[in-house]
Amino acid sequence: MADKATIIVHSGDMDKIYSALIVANGALAMGMEVSLFFTFWGLQRLKKGGLEKGPLSKMHMLGLGKWMVKRKMKKVGVASLEKLLQDFNELGGKILACDMTMEIMGIRKEDLRDDLISDYCAVGTYVNEARESTITLFI
Amino acid sequence: MAEIKIDCTGETCPVPLVETRKALRKAQPGDIVEVVGNHPASKKEIPMAVEALGLELLDVQEEAGVWRIRIRR
Repeated sequence: MADKATIIVHSGDMDKIYSALIVANGALAMGMEVSLFFTFWGLQRLKKGGLEKGPLSKMHMLGLGKWMVKRKMKKVGVASLEKLLQDFNELGGKILACDMTMEIMGIRKEDLRDDLISDYCAVGTYVNEARESTITLFI
Repeated sequence: MAEIKIDCTGETCPVPLVETRKALRKAQPGDIVEVVGNHPASKKEIPMAVEALGLELLDVQEEAGVWRIRIRR
């Protein structure tokens, strides 16, 4: 089996995007291959300018909760989502975009950060990658 | 052979691990990468990554909460 991690990024919540990218970057840093499948609300975060726009999954409180958490993160020195995404790309991670989500939500390729996306695909590609992965997560 | 130094002081998870990996990818075989930081878990986890990558861990030191890890690519 390939030493590989495959993660479905279904949620667009800020904290869950952090979880996905941190696990992904950790796996890359430890020598694994990583594929991230962005679907549904997760795919919204790959829209141009959309990466930081997700709400907090709990205690969002119309943005107040997110503001407080972001302020605390800054204090603790947590990297931005943009840095994590750039690092993911630099370390050879692969990003796949769900084409059905694009149809349902009326997202066009030109709306997305096409330079970061290696492929537009469906469930078959996910299964093919997941079946040879030692880590698979749904976030 | 080159010696590459990276400073991750004040950085937290997963940055020290990721910056170590980035430096190791850029290094040539035989080069030494030295990482300095103060994120406690990274002191344990960078050596784990070094082992997983099949590289040589030369030294791990800590003084006043600041660790220094040396790796040979």
